[in-house]
Amino acid sequence: MDINKKYTPQSWPDHPETATMEGKNKFVGFWLLLAAESVTFASLFATYLALKDKGPSGMEFTAAGLFELPLVFAMTMILLTSSLTSVYAMYHMKNHNFKSMQAWLAVTVLLGAAFLGLEIYEFNHYVHLGFGFTNSAFSSAFYTLVGTHGAHVVFGLGWFIALMVRNAKRGLNTYNAPKFFLVSLYWHFIDVVWVFIFTVVYLMGVIG
Amino acid sequence: MAHDVHDYVRTKEEQEYIRRKRAQEMRHMLTSFAMMIFLTLIAFTAVAAGFSTYLIVPIILLLAGVQVVLQLYHFMHLSEKGTGTIAFFMFSGMFVAFIVILTFVTIIWW
Repeated sequence: MDINKKYTPQSWPDHPETATMEGKNKFVGFWLLLAAESVTFASLFATYLALKDKGPSGMEFTAAGLFELPLVFAMTMILLTSSLTSVYAMYHMKNHNFKSMQAWLAVTVLLGAAFLGLEIYEFNHYVHLGFGFTNSAFSSAFYTLVGTHGAHVVFGLGWFIALMVRNAKRGLNTYNAPKFFLVSLYWHFIDVVWVFIFTVVYLMGVIG
Repeated sequence: MAHDVHDYVRTKEEQEYIRRKRAQEMRHMLTSFAMMIFLTLIAFTAVAAGFSTYLIVPIILLLAGVQVVLQLYHFMHLSEKGTGTIAFFMFSGMFVAFIVILTFVTIIWW
């Protein structure tokens, strides 16, 4: 594999992400990681569900009293849209349109950053109400679950930016196509986890 | 690993065909996205409307499940050929995930 090899839309492989042995191996390895990550998140979800609303006697915080839906709804819509924009990026990647791919990746990063900003605002708000990490078993389980998802968002954003900057002058080839493909898979996985967070933590929290 | 790379240059017709095929796939992606938005709206509306908890919880969990299937099979291309092994990994992971959650909400209590 020559990393400086130039491609045209006509010579670009049908599946550039798995056109090389390295790409194929990354693809399989990355899905193994995602399978393992779903177990990681399951353990955090299970802990949260077991400890929901539990804490020292006299604890004033409950999920029903704390969570507010409008902010969560906005965060959900932003993350879901960023999932679509990364699909657009991969559409242009497969058409060997590097500039459009970079543009849609930039939109994805901006939406991801907006999501992260709202999450920081939300946590900050809770801490000011007195609902800190050490407040109760409930608060620790909540911050660990939602915070781990947030850490994944941070990592995903860093990964997107690193790839965009590192390959800015390289253009698309079969060396970096698998890299772009995997980060978009990772981003979809982050959205999959969020679907369960907004359903199990926030929606089921609000109804008590 | 030069033997892995097949250099095939498409003819003009083949290029036009694959371009159209991808544009069509992208339209399917947009349909999936519209459905995800719709499912999310139903879930939030059902909770805001304040129906019975025993009715809402199964419904919103089902909506989440449908949305995840859309993400996996459309956005993450699990519906394409040659994804049998990775689907096996993913479903094994999700099976363990399910057992862990089932254990914590049923066997463990305080």
